[in-house]
Amino acid sequence: MRTQLRTAGLMLLTLTVLTGLVYPLAITGIAQVVFSHQANGSLIVRDAQPIGSTLIGQPFDDPKYFWSRPSATTPFPYNAGSSSGSNLAVTNPAQLDAIAQRVQRLRASDPGNAAPIPADLVTASGSGLDPHISVAAARWQINRVARARGLDADVVGKLVTAATEGRQFGLLGEARVNILRLNRALDAVPLRAEPRSPTAGGR
Amino acid sequence: MSSAALLQVGLYLAALLLLVKPLGSYMARVCEGRTGGVLRPLRAVEQAVYRLCRVNPAQEMHWKQYAVAMLVFNALGFVVLYVLQRVQGWLPLNPARLGPVSPDSAFNTAVSFVTNTNWQGYGGESTMSYLTQMLGLTVQNFVSAGSGMAVLVALVRGFVRRQAASIGSFWVDLTRSTVYILLPLSVALALVLVSQGVVQTLRPYVRVPLLQATADPNGAVVTEQTIAVGPAASQIAIKQLGTNGGGFFGVNSAHPFENPTPLSNFLEMLAILLIPAALCYTFGKMVKDTRQGWVLLAAMTIVFVAALAFCWRSETQVLPAVAALGVDARTTAAQPGGNMEGKEVRFGLANSVLWATATTAASNGSVNSMHDSYMPLGGLVPMVMMQLGEVIFGGVGSGLYGMLIFVVITVFIAGLMVGRTPEYLGKKIESFEMKMASIAVLVPCLCVLVGTAVAVMTPSIGASLSNPLPHGFSQVLYAFSSASNNNGSAFAGFGANTPTMNLLLGMVMLLGRFWVKIPVLALAGALAAKKHVPVSAGTLSTHTPLFIVLLIGVVLIVGALTFIPALALGPIAEHVELAAAK
Repeated sequence: MRTQLRTAGLMLLTLTVLTGLVYPLAITGIAQVVFSHQANGSLIVRDAQPIGSTLIGQPFDDPKYFWSRPSATTPFPYNAGSSSGSNLAVTNPAQLDAIAQRVQRLRASDPGNAAPIPADLVTASGSGLDPHISVAAARWQINRVARARGLDADVVGKLVTAATEGRQFGLLGEARVNILRLNRALDAVPLRAEPRSPTAGGR
Repeated sequence: MSSAALLQVGLYLAALLLLVKPLGSYMARVCEGRTGGVLRPLRAVEQAVYRLCRVNPAQEMHWKQYAVAMLVFNALGFVVLYVLQRVQGWLPLNPARLGPVSPDSAFNTAVSFVTNTNWQGYGGESTMSYLTQMLGLTVQNFVSAGSGMAVLVALVRGFVRRQAASIGSFWVDLTRSTVYILLPLSVALALVLVSQGVVQTLRPYVRVPLLQATADPNGAVVTEQTIAVGPAASQIAIKQLGTNGGGFFGVNSAHPFENPTPLSNFLEMLAILLIPAALCYTFGKMVKDTRQGWVLLAAMTIVFVAALAFCWRSETQVLPAVAALGVDARTTAAQPGGNMEGKEVRFGLANSVLWATATTAASNGSVNSMHDSYMPLGGLVPMVMMQLGEVIFGGVGSGLYGMLIFVVITVFIAGLMVGRTPEYLGKKIESFEMKMASIAVLVPCLCVLVGTAVAVMTPSIGASLSNPLPHGFSQVLYAFSSASNNNGSAFAGFGANTPTMNLLLGMVMLLGRFWVKIPVLALAGALAAKKHVPVSAGTLSTHTPLFIVLLIGVVLIVGALTFIPALALGPIAEHVELAAAK
């Protein structure tokens, strides 16, 4: 028993060093050299300052931006320091209320649009940080965004196409639109009323 | 079910089954100690471990010594992990300045990771320092899986050996599974995951401005987002490969930094079932009859595909009340549709239900969508997969030894039908073996039912339920099914981080793990001591389609008889309620 205890202690120590220090630090070292952009959070950097991550969504509910999916993180939506889903059951009355409210807000933002609203736009994501909306959810919002910005729907539509990621290798996952990338691209387009200047909103 | 979705599921199953043979034979080679040739560099590591730990690899153990070694090793692991969480505030690699974890939560988490459950009552990014994640949690991710594999190898030796007193050395089996199997696979997977965008850094959390300011419920303006990062990829690789499932971040593999792309998702799902599936072939190879392994794999695959189809069908349903609001939930090329609450757009429906079924078939428990928000029958599937005892693929090692227990029971029942002494792989199954097998099957079932019953009678339970009944009851039943069978996934709205729940769930995790492992080792010892009986005309052949049917039947009947009453109070009642509302 005593030798078992000694061996167990030594084994735990040795395997801790191997799998708890050598392994994660070696992976960190390689990752930082070979994939440093991804390993540090796929950050979008401007003027040497991080201004977001392509993998982490942000909240948008201004008519001139494409709205992101509802987020259940607390205390504010898209809190990337504390990921969370709503965990509401489909039979929970609060869930149906939440969907009804979201539908109402979307309808109010674009009263002329009678098309049914894509499901992902009225349901909270699993992480609360979903960086994407579906292609249908983006299309549903094109006219509203174009109107709010005084842009042609075609121009906005092209930006949506540019921000669309297809299935990976044409096969895996779902087609989707990166919300932060799309809204940043929108901000880079000079508004029609404004004088065109080469530096306006450049990325 | 679109053709694109079917194609992805087909590709997944094909990739999994194609890898079974190569990985399975590799693992057989390792378990039998044939580690020459290209494996020499790893053998140097293995030998170094023995030297440092003063282990004589040639010294074999009786099953009781084997069990003691395993228990002592796990007990020490528990103590270290508990202490580490309690003192992390004073230790380095803690850029977010996280304080000590509360005693009950630290107890629960330590038990959870040592037992390969990886149930999490806490949110990773807001609770655990980088040091705790690496030195505590990652280590147990490896060694708890390694312990599972060791016990399986010991049981297989029980079938192979004749009139032997020993079943191998726990230290050797643990070291070999870690050094030759878990580590190399983890290194490869971790690096691919980083290339996809999984974070791997020791830098502190990043603050970025929001493009459009938002507000918190008190109306305060929020203009910044703090993005949690950390050494995640190295932990996620082993969390998937070792059927652990404990996430680096609170929402596990739904988090874009744990699972950023469809490719990362595909590989992580593959990693969930990879080793448990391949071990079937390893088993066949070691007992020198690969048909025996294929039969077990076939039984597992059949149940898995059936469960998957059922779950998938449930999640594509749309509530009439939601459709009436003017919501479009059809599945098209432009949107996933269906029940998207708690699911991520990049994965859509198919990859969410595939993950949910795989993670509960295996005792993995990581999630890429929130099971709590599944349709009633969609959520029933993961619950049932756990209640079957985690034998449909199951945990690394533990899944197959669980399935072999069911094989023993099946052989016994078949033997009763024809009135002959049952035997399996040339070993007679007698009263001692049946007692051990019964304990291993019944203890987790008991833990689920008694645990749930005790939990719903505690006065504070109401505060833990985040949804009205009957779903609230499902949350409790899910929690105890998960903990007792060492899965670790949850209906995550359930408030499990209370002293009572932390203790209760911690206890069933311990009972569910070790009161299977110890009887399995006893069984291994008893079998190893037996003579080999030659095949006769009366021997039930265990490599036929008939046997697959028998085995599936026994697994399903034991599960159904035990859990249908409880399920009727939870998901089934919820489904009926929903149907009545239509």
